[in-house]
Amino acid sequence: MKNMENKYDVVVVGAGHAGCEAALAAARLGCRTACLVMNVDGIGAMSCNPAIGGLAKGHLVKEIDALGGEMAKNIDATAIQFRRLNTSKGPAVWSSRAQADRLLYRLRMKSVLENQENLHIRQAVVDRLVVRQGRIVGVITSLEEEIRCQTVIVATGTFLHGLIHIGLKNFPAGRLGDAPSNSLPSHLRELGFKMGRMKTGTTPRLDATTIDFSDLEAQYSDEPANLFSFASRGGPVLEQRPCHITYTNETTHEIIRAGTDRSPMYTGVIEGIGARYCPSVEDKVMRFPDKLRHQIFLEPEGLDTVEIYPNGLPTSLPVDVQLAMLRSIKGLEQVNIIRPGYAIEYDYVEPTQLTSSLETKLIRGLFLAGQINGTSGYEEAAAQGLMAGINAVRYCREEEPLILGRSQAYIGVLIDDLITLGTKEPYRLFTSRAEYRLLLREDNADLRLTDIGHRIGLVDDDTYQRFTIKKKAIGAAVDLLNTTRIRPSREVQERFRKKGLVEPRQTASLADLLRRPEIGLDDLAVLSGTALAIAEAVKVEVELEVKYEGYIKRQMEQVARSKKLEEIELPPGLDYGGIAGLSNEVVEKLNTITPRSLGQASRISGVTPAAISVLQVYLKKEGLL
Amino acid sequence: MFDESQEPTIAAIATPPGPGGIGVIRVSGSRASSLLTAVFHPTNRRRGLRSHQFCHGLIKDPESGTMLDEVLAVYMQAPKTYTREDVVEIHCHGSYLVLESVLALLLRLGAELAAPGEFTKRAFLNGRIDLTRAEAVMELLEANTPARVDMARTQLGGGLHDVIMAIRHRLLACRAVIEVAIDFPDEDVEIIDPQAMIEQVSHEVLTPLQDLLEAADKGRIYRDGISVVILGRPNVGKSSLLNSLLREERAIVSAVPGTTRDTIEEMLTIGGVPVHIVDTAGIRESAEAVEEIGIERARAKLGQADLVLFLLDATSGITAEDEVLRQALPAKPVLYVVNKIDIVEDYRVDDYHLKLADAPLVAISAKEGDGIAALEQAVYELVTGGDQWDPGHEVVPNIRHQAALQKARQAGSRVVDGLSIGLPPDLVAIELQAALDHMGDIIGETTTEDVLDLIFQQFCLGK
Repeated sequence: MKNMENKYDVVVVGAGHAGCEAALAAARLGCRTACLVMNVDGIGAMSCNPAIGGLAKGHLVKEIDALGGEMAKNIDATAIQFRRLNTSKGPAVWSSRAQADRLLYRLRMKSVLENQENLHIRQAVVDRLVVRQGRIVGVITSLEEEIRCQTVIVATGTFLHGLIHIGLKNFPAGRLGDAPSNSLPSHLRELGFKMGRMKTGTTPRLDATTIDFSDLEAQYSDEPANLFSFASRGGPVLEQRPCHITYTNETTHEIIRAGTDRSPMYTGVIEGIGARYCPSVEDKVMRFPDKLRHQIFLEPEGLDTVEIYPNGLPTSLPVDVQLAMLRSIKGLEQVNIIRPGYAIEYDYVEPTQLTSSLETKLIRGLFLAGQINGTSGYEEAAAQGLMAGINAVRYCREEEPLILGRSQAYIGVLIDDLITLGTKEPYRLFTSRAEYRLLLREDNADLRLTDIGHRIGLVDDDTYQRFTIKKKAIGAAVDLLNTTRIRPSREVQERFRKKGLVEPRQTASLADLLRRPEIGLDDLAVLSGTALAIAEAVKVEVELEVKYEGYIKRQMEQVARSKKLEEIELPPGLDYGGIAGLSNEVVEKLNTITPRSLGQASRISGVTPAAISVLQVYLKKEGLL
Repeated sequence: MFDESQEPTIAAIATPPGPGGIGVIRVSGSRASSLLTAVFHPTNRRRGLRSHQFCHGLIKDPESGTMLDEVLAVYMQAPKTYTREDVVEIHCHGSYLVLESVLALLLRLGAELAAPGEFTKRAFLNGRIDLTRAEAVMELLEANTPARVDMARTQLGGGLHDVIMAIRHRLLACRAVIEVAIDFPDEDVEIIDPQAMIEQVSHEVLTPLQDLLEAADKGRIYRDGISVVILGRPNVGKSSLLNSLLREERAIVSAVPGTTRDTIEEMLTIGGVPVHIVDTAGIRESAEAVEEIGIERARAKLGQADLVLFLLDATSGITAEDEVLRQALPAKPVLYVVNKIDIVEDYRVDDYHLKLADAPLVAISAKEGDGIAALEQAVYELVTGGDQWDPGHEVVPNIRHQAALQKARQAGSRVVDGLSIGLPPDLVAIELQAALDHMGDIIGETTTEDVLDLIFQQFCLGK
């Protein structure tokens, strides 16, 4: 039957964290969208730890929210613990993290997709892509069904040629309990994509009824809890649950060392490259023999389950070794394993084959998002999914792609790193990957991105209205602090003394006082003796903007300086081999990456400042500058 | 025809104008070798040109067949060359007319006249030398005193580059500690120890930066020289003193005639320091109006002086007129010089020390040349602070480096201040990065094209 049923603007392959955001964004922007998933019950599944956010990842979640994505709302509705990390390390690196009820997170996300207009969920396995004259025109499923479309977003996670290892046993799987996708990766290779192989791992899941928590330190939700979405009001929806902390010990390490002869990692069975920053416990023990213990967080997987996720213990040792090492740990002496830990190897596509819009250079209309691009983490995946969804729509409508800069968003840093530097190990975002960290805070993600979200059509008018009111309130509060001045009267001096602060000697604005490291925004009302009309919702933002004004200005100057290079465009067809003064290595890199701007070129590893100067001189001579 | 997209092959006369034994034309770029083959006819045709080996032959105009010169030519294949490009040198006879005719031929065949400093700029752009070494080349060419040559040599040897790299290394190490603490809060890895970091930054960043800045200050007098003004009432012997200094000084660099009819200016070196010496001898008793103008000019010179030589006459002692002049002295280092001690029999130096409140003083006879060496020693000690500092063994930053070093030091101080008041690590990281960026500016890692142009324009042609 040939009908409109099988024709879409956007087809999303996969419904993990990238696939869900991609499908929702495309459908919300009004494109006829299909989300093809191997198993509909796996939509929004958390394959590894039951948590969202964390260092730099919390930033991503807030950015996704500001642009109109779903992840923040989904975790706010299903979290059983909220914590803000790194509060002592400075405002730029505060990071929110939440524990999810794994089941509820998945079910809510599935329901959001199900109820989304323009979005068809279909259980199907995509085996091949249909490409005509360098453009994507459809996909073919394992049932030989052809689905026609203008764009395809592939977001298949660890499923491509997935191979699970537990001890020296291994078997093909996308994740434990799910089949892998073996036709699609072979087909991608045939189409000419350069692929690599990576490895990641997860921990065993434990039975809480067999754990003795009585002597373990508990870690509770923050009071009050800071939710993720700028739209969320009030506190957590679900009952909050604590995590518990325990440690490995010398006996644990002994058991692990003795078991490495049956470790797929240490016997060379696993070829894929794992991440240095997320090592398996056997890796930690072997690589840092001097460390006497490693910290483990026992995280509940949900309200209605006894499953516990022991964060810090990813392993692919044989099950008997897993059990022995666990039982050597305090509180886990009687523990039972519900699901074993495992390592998984999978194919990824080298991300330097993508443009800034996440479209492949090889096939127009084909976008890749998530772990297929060599990243790790739900948040990194979701961010790419959102951007791929937005840009697939813009491709269909022949609009300029949405590209976020490195000084605009962590999402911009993430994508620019991927397509410029590529990655050999699973890529995880860190705050240190961002050169303008102070500008890219969690708290100002809405200020940075809501305008863009609204302009492209993902942020609705109500949300935008609330945002503009908040923005005005911030401006008014900052003005208030700058214009309210207090004189060092005896009364004022006395108030300072009472607080143990050095009393002011000259008239100063409240903003001046706030810049003193020991004075906070809440102190100002007391010190000045006047109630300040600053809404609770904008306090953090106002305080940071005033207190760190000098630093923020300095970073903005750095942005302005680098902007010059960012704005110099490199024509797509430039023949780098014909430019004298460039080494062969540099020419090869430039030809592979085909950077969009001189700024991007300067970030390619091995492209020296001198090479950038040569390019600049060349562009000037050719009248391209 | 050659590929238009290629960077042009450049050529220039590399030796100074004027007759000499030989004169060298240098060519660099992808067409260097083909240009040479087009004009050069080796004497030993079978052997031909071999890279990095001199070859004897004739330069002929390929169109007219005219022989321009008999030369030694050397072709040096990239990358082991000055610019890392193919380089050709043609050693002609040292007539400027011959050199110009050979150069004109090369330009006609498609070479482009090199801009000042372009050869060295290419060496930098092609990654053979860093920016400090490129600058050292320029400094070496300009050096007109042995001290300047020594300083340039040290820099060319990578002296400054190495110190900068060591400081950068320390800053990067601190940055890494902070980044680990920020990005891995769950790992119970080493948290930041502010006290330890303060000490590291103080000792391994601020101290070496301070040393470099001090060296820059001290080095500046060896590089730029100092200005010394001889002051004294009429007939006290100012001109004889100047002549005497010039007679002593064998390394006269140049003799610049007085820019005004009231002052005479000369260049000499004292202890390796170039000294620009101004004699206010022009101030003479004359019509009052003229004298006023003269004094004005002398005052202007005094304002620019690094040191004043205040000349007194031993035959008259300190007179009322001397006192008037003394009152008018600006706040500058002053060395009193008592002249004509050969004439006075009962000269007693103590009298002067008493009256001048123990100000630095030397006694001389400008006419006999007595005490001139002691005078030079006193001048040297006053301008250098008298410490045993040898510019030849020091890394001496130039003005451009100095500005970046100062900014780096400010950022480094803010790191220390921030750590001691408990500034959050993410903000400390910003200051560390600022310091790193300024250090990168010095070695040319973060320098923009504009700055590069500015730097390379200062090169002399052909280098």
